Formats: sequence, C-alpha cells, structure tokens
Amino acid sequence: MTIRTRAPLILLVPALAAAIIALVPLWYLIDQAASRGLQAVVEEIWQRRTLTLVLRSLLLTISVTSASVIVGIFCAWVVALSGVPLRSLLLVLFSLSLAIPSYLSAFAWISWQPQLQGFWGAFIVLTFVCYPYVMLPVAAAMRGVDPAQQEVARSLGRSNTVVFFTVTIPQVRSAISGGSLLAALYVLSDFGAVAAMRYDVFTWVIYGAYRAGFNPSRAAVLSLVLVGIALVLTLSEVTARGRRAPSKLGSGAMRARRSARVRFVPLTVGFVSLIIVGLGVGVPVVSVLSWLTRSSYRVVQWTDVFYSIVTSFQIGILTSVVAVALAVPVGIAAVRFPSRLTHTIERSTYVFHALPGIVVAISVVFVGIRLLRPIYQELPLLIIGQVIIFLPLAVASVRSALEQSSIGVEEVARSLGVRPMKTIIRVTLPLALPGILAGGAMTMLSAIKELPTTLLLRPTGTETLATSIWKYSTVSDYASVAPFALALIVLAVVPVAVMSTSSITRARQL
Amino acid sequence: MRNSKTMKLSRGLSTLAAAAIVLSACAGSSSPSTSDVSSSQSTVGDNTSEEIILTIYSGRNEKLIAPLLEKFTEQTGIQVAARYGDSGEMAALLLTEGGASPADVFFSQDAGALGAVQGAGLFDVLPSDVTELVTPAFRSADDMWVGTSGRVRVVIYNPSLVDTPPSGIDDLLDPKWSGKIGFAPTNASWQSFVTALRVVRGEYGAQVWLEGFAKNKPVAYEKNGVVRDAVNAGEVSLGLVNHYYLYEKIAAEGQAAVVARNHFFENGDVGGLVNVSGVGVLASTKNRDAALTFVKFLLSGDAQTYFATKTFEYPIVAGISPPDGLPSLQQLNPLSIDLSNLKSIEQTQQLLEKVGLLTR
Repeated sequence: MTIRTRAPLILLVPALAAAIIALVPLWYLIDQAASRGLQAVVEEIWQRRTLTLVLRSLLLTISVTSASVIVGIFCAWVVALSGVPLRSLLLVLFSLSLAIPSYLSAFAWISWQPQLQGFWGAFIVLTFVCYPYVMLPVAAAMRGVDPAQQEVARSLGRSNTVVFFTVTIPQVRSAISGGSLLAALYVLSDFGAVAAMRYDVFTWVIYGAYRAGFNPSRAAVLSLVLVGIALVLTLSEVTARGRRAPSKLGSGAMRARRSARVRFVPLTVGFVSLIIVGLGVGVPVVSVLSWLTRSSYRVVQWTDVFYSIVTSFQIGILTSVVAVALAVPVGIAAVRFPSRLTHTIERSTYVFHALPGIVVAISVVFVGIRLLRPIYQELPLLIIGQVIIFLPLAVASVRSALEQSSIGVEEVARSLGVRPMKTIIRVTLPLALPGILAGGAMTMLSAIKELPTTLLLRPTGTETLATSIWKYSTVSDYASVAPFALALIVLAVVPVAVMSTSSITRARQL
Repeated sequence: MRNSKTMKLSRGLSTLAAAAIVLSACAGSSSPSTSDVSSSQSTVGDNTSEEIILTIYSGRNEKLIAPLLEKFTEQTGIQVAARYGDSGEMAALLLTEGGASPADVFFSQDAGALGAVQGAGLFDVLPSDVTELVTPAFRSADDMWVGTSGRVRVVIYNPSLVDTPPSGIDDLLDPKWSGKIGFAPTNASWQSFVTALRVVRGEYGAQVWLEGFAKNKPVAYEKNGVVRDAVNAGEVSLGLVNHYYLYEKIAAEGQAAVVARNHFFENGDVGGLVNVSGVGVLASTKNRDAALTFVKFLLSGDAQTYFATKTFEYPIVAGISPPDGLPSLQQLNPLSIDLSNLKSIEQTQQLLEKVGLLTR
C-alpha cells in the first residue's frame, strides 16, 4: 500500500542529488566512447568476441546468482526460522564471507585446488562472496513474515516443506529478487576472482584495455555494454519482484515467534551450515594463517597494521554514512511515493554497480580533475567514488525494510493531521531503522575491502588494509600480507555483528 | 513506542556520526610511512616556497622503491610524495588527468606504459646529459623516457630433472618437454616476450611457435614466483620467468634451500628478451629541475647499485657491475629490439587467447 501523494521536495531534492552522483560515470563513459566517433564505437562492439564475452559474463552471472539464491535462502532459513542453536553466531559467520575480498578468496582456492582454475573456480569463489547479498534481506524478511499464515497453512494439513515453498517464499519474494540483483551486479563488476581464475569475461577485457591496451576509449565502449546489461537486469528485477510487496493490514498476533521444529535431523542442517562457513570463510582464513607460519624474514610492522585499520574504518564509516544519508530519501521516495520519477531515480543508483572499480575510479578522476580540483586526491573525492559504487547496497536495504514495514501506522499519523515530512521523520524512519543499519553495515564492509577505487583516488601516502594487502601480494610477500588480511577478516566481525543484530530485531513488529 | 523508536534512531545515527568524526581526527594526524608526504601538500604548485615536493607516480612496487626514495630525499633534500599503483593503471590515470596532472615524474615497471604516456604527448624531452648515460637500446628513440634497470627472460630449471637445459625457444617445442614447462600466462613480462616474438617473427611466425608451445602442454601458474617454486620443488622441470626470481628466493631462504638454477638464452634468442623499467618527466610539471634531479639520481651509481644488489636487476648504466654471479649484458648479447615496439600487448593477448594459452 502506498500514500498517494507526490513526494515532498525535501525528499525529492536529496534523492535527485543521489541519482546525479550515481550517474557521474556516464559522463565520462560517453565522452570517452564518443572521442573516436560513432563508427569506431560500432566497430568495437560489432565483433564476434564481444558477443562471446557477453555470453560468458551472462553465464557466470546467471549461475552465480542462482547458486547464491539457493545458498542464501538456505542460510536465511537456518538463521531466521529453523530453530537450530547458535543462530546468531551462524548469522555472523555466514555474513563474514562478504568481507573477504574476491581476489584473496580466489588466491586461497587456487593454492588449495589449482585444478579449479576457470569457470568453476570463478563460480565457487563468487558464489561464496555473493550469497550474503541474498541471505541478509531474505533473513530479515522471513523474520517479518506473520507466523499466523504459516500456522493456518500447517493446520490445513500442508507439510512444513510445502508451507515453506508456498507460503513463506512468496512472502519474501521481493527480498529474494532484490538480493539477487545485487549479487548479479556484483558478479558483472568483479575482476579479482575472474582474473585469478583466468575466466575470460567482460571485466577482464576492460582491465586489459587499460592495463595492456592503454586504450581508455575502448574500455569505455565495453563498459557501456556492461551498463546496458546491468540496465536490463535492473529493469527485469522490477518484474521479478512482483507488483507490490505483501504487507499485512492488521497487527497480527503480538507474541513471540515459535521457531519451527526442524524436521530434518538438526545435525544435517548444522553440517551443511558448517560446510558453507568452511568453504566461504574457512578456506581463505586457513590460507592466510598458513602464510603467517611461513618463515618470515620481515618483522611485522604493527604500527602499519594499526594505521591501515584506522584508515580503512574511517573510509568505511564515512562511505556508509554518506551512502545511507543518500539512500534514505531515495528509498522512501521510491516506496512511499511511487511515480515514474522516483522509480527512475532509484533504478539509476543501481546501474553503475555493475562497472568494475577501475572504470568508476577513472570516471571520478575525469570529473574530479575538471570540476573538483580542491578535493582531487583528497578524502572527500575518494568517498564520492566509493559511494557511487556502494549506494545500491544501502538503497536496497532501506527499500526492503520499508516494504516490509506496515504502512498502517503512517496512515494513522497522516489521518491525525501530521504533515508528510513529520510523518517521515517520526514514523517512517524508525520503521526503516533496521534496514538503514543493515545497509550501512553492508556498505561499510564492501568499502573496507574495496581496492581499485581506493588505489587511484586515495590521498597520496594513505594506506588501507586493502592497499597494504595489494602492496605485498604483488611482490608475493605473503608473510607480510597475512597480518593485514587477518585484520580485515577479524575486524569485519564488527559491522557484521551490527548487521546481524539489526536483522534479528526486525522480528519485533510494530 | 514511536518515541522510543525515534530516540533509538537518533541515538544510533549520532553514535555513527561521532565515530566518524573521531576516526577522521585520528587518521588525519597519522602519517603511515615516513617517506611519503601524506597531508594536503601533495599537489604541485608549491614551487614558489623553498620546499619542493616532487610528486612521483610509481608503477613499481612500494616495497622495492620506498627505501630508494628515502635515499633520494636524504641526498638531495627534495621531499617526495609517491603514489603507487599498477603501471598500466597509472598510465590511464595520467592520460585522464592530461595537462592538469599533479604528477611530476612517471616511474614505470615497463616500457609499454611509458610508451602510452609518450604517445599522448604528456612527456617532455629529456636533456642529453641524462640520455647519454643510457645505451640507445634502453631508452625511447626520441628521448622522452629512459630505462633505469633491466630484467632478462630466462629458463629456470631443476638440475635433478634436467641435464642440458634448452638453448633457445625452439628447443622448448621438443616433445621431451611435454607437460614439463611452467609459465605464468597473465604475467606482463611473459606477454612482453610474446610481443617481441610477434615483432621478430611476424604474426604468423609467432602463432606457429605458440601453437607448438601449446601442443607441449605447458603448465600454467598464477605468477612467476609460483612457477619458480614449482620448478624448485620438481613439479615441473623448466619455467619461463625473469632472472631475478631465483635470487629473491635465495635471499629469502638461503642458498641451501634452493636447488633451481637459471639458464640464460644467448646470442639474440628472443627468449632472452631484456625488458626495462623506466622513467619520464611530465611536460606539465612545475618542478622540472627537481624532476630531472630525480631521473639523474635513478641513473647514479648509488641507485644502480641498489637495483643490482636489492632487487637483483641489471643496472643499465655502463660501469656498474651486474648482481653477483650473473653474466654481464655484453656477454649475453641480447636481442636488439626497439622497446617502444612492445606496447601492442593487447594484440598479444588476443593471439594468446586464440591459441588457447591465456584463459581457461
């Protein structure tokens, strides 16, 4: 249900600002692509190799997204509904694989199972990086589903399994499709895993155009193709999500949810969960630990590690605060004041999530050196770059939290004469709080592990955990990489825990 | 209920904001390494004041280069602000920044990235007192950049598995090496070698050799260092790498732990290609004198000896001896090729892709 009024300007203006920031790369891409004329663009695209790459990228995207949906729904069920013990701990462990950079994970897999190089390696690594994108919103949604409906279905003789697929899943459909979109866009944008696994996709060629071809114009043309694919995915997600998210009218039974008793042997569920954690987090962690034990001829510089941690968290927190501040108006406008304009704004924040980091970084360089010279190679410009990449994570979280929360309270507030803006601040925002926190935490995690944008936009001399890992791994000094990698994984527990508790508290309904 | 939620929200947000402020204060006062100037003076334009800060874009790794930069500041009193990244990405950065770049100097891992910046007209010509220090083979034809150190492609082999290592790249096609050669398909130096092969033998000749090589089922590894370790462990008999990987391992683990040895291709065999790292001065610099001082420093005895002894690279200024125990460049008599011709790496990748040697 929606409030049928036009979005107030005080929402619309910041939402538009968010969309404009998100669209910065488009200026650069069109400028670069057009620099050699339309014919060159057509020639660049109209090659058999382009088609092959599109198909390979799509194959990887579709298979990783499907696998992430399966693993993500399973994990969401485990933490939200299954009733197995230690669910909060499991939630943290499941979410942790989001914090591990794909290049690190890929390298760990290759060291362990070299024969996996190629499609299967990329598929495995990316699935474990991406499934939390599905799990987190779906777990939150599952906690929010009214247990009464499941109970009614069960009392009518449906089995638990049938109830799960016919009652629960349809109610969390919007969360599933939103999470899959984030996963799919991430797969399209990833370079770390496909490079290590030597699986040739679009990002590989885009990086090649920069690194080996020294041809930014070619990179721009190929990036535009990627943007086109992302646009199709983003628009088709609207269809997949269903026309309107189900939300109940009444308040439902105000009582604690009773967890479904696990009909399958709890041991089996625990075992599968452990395998998922083991493959997603265990493999990279064991690999990093083994580097630590390697004969190290270089003493660990703990002050370097400390400064990298502080800088990483500083960038991560600033990025997530800005991203959330922009995502809130975008999300509220799209969900509570749906119109062609508000939908276009929301969708436009997604599309560039599919671009590899280097393209976003170079776009921000392009705009920064022309228009924002005073902050060029300074922290604010780096934050802008990060926000462009990670805004959709925050938008998706805010949106799914709003869709889940009952609009009834807002309508009551409005009917009592509270003005729209005040309703938003007093009612809507608190309703979306868990989504805001989850989105902020997810943005922060991603910003901390981000490498290409940080490398190109950071203030000169600034080191983050990710740049330190890069610095030592390019000269194969893994003993020195280890403390930074370990710090990255261990400290990721903090935002992950924020995220987990916020999606657990989702259960308490208004 | 609404009130408590609102309070929770505002409390949550203000905690976040407070944390952000505290962290920015912390990191603002922190300077992670002594050689870098990390505060806001990193942009150029300060040359009116006495203290010049030279901004260096470095495609070479910080771990290898930072000590050298410290030595430079010590000797000349010129402060440096170094930005590290991948050479190709740094070239893309310079191309995007154009004349507005804050960079004074570009120090690149390979000639290709220097050629790209040169091609965009962003370098200024170097004076002859700089260029004459370097033999023509290791600098750009129009004096826009000079090489600073060299690395030689070699065959690393395991003596317990190999009696006589191959004497040229065509020997590698012998079926007796089937499944026994390691290489790193994504490594830039390997791709430079293939680029040189295309230049020397033509597209067709290069493709014939690569197809023969592929037929011999070479074993692909992630990086040169992994190839070296595989040869040392006897997983494969031979590896195609740069010369210095062996010496890195010896320095790290001691001679006793290393059985592998280098074999140099001689007499102009394209398999023994010499690649260079190099440096150029941006035309847009406002610190040209300091920039040239830096270039001269890299070609000085101190820096050249540093390359020979710390990174085990070949010095390319006459009169400085190569790393201990290595044949001199004159002895090797390497292939003479215009290194600017090695920038067509993208076409090389397409060829490697075509013969099935690049991706899976």
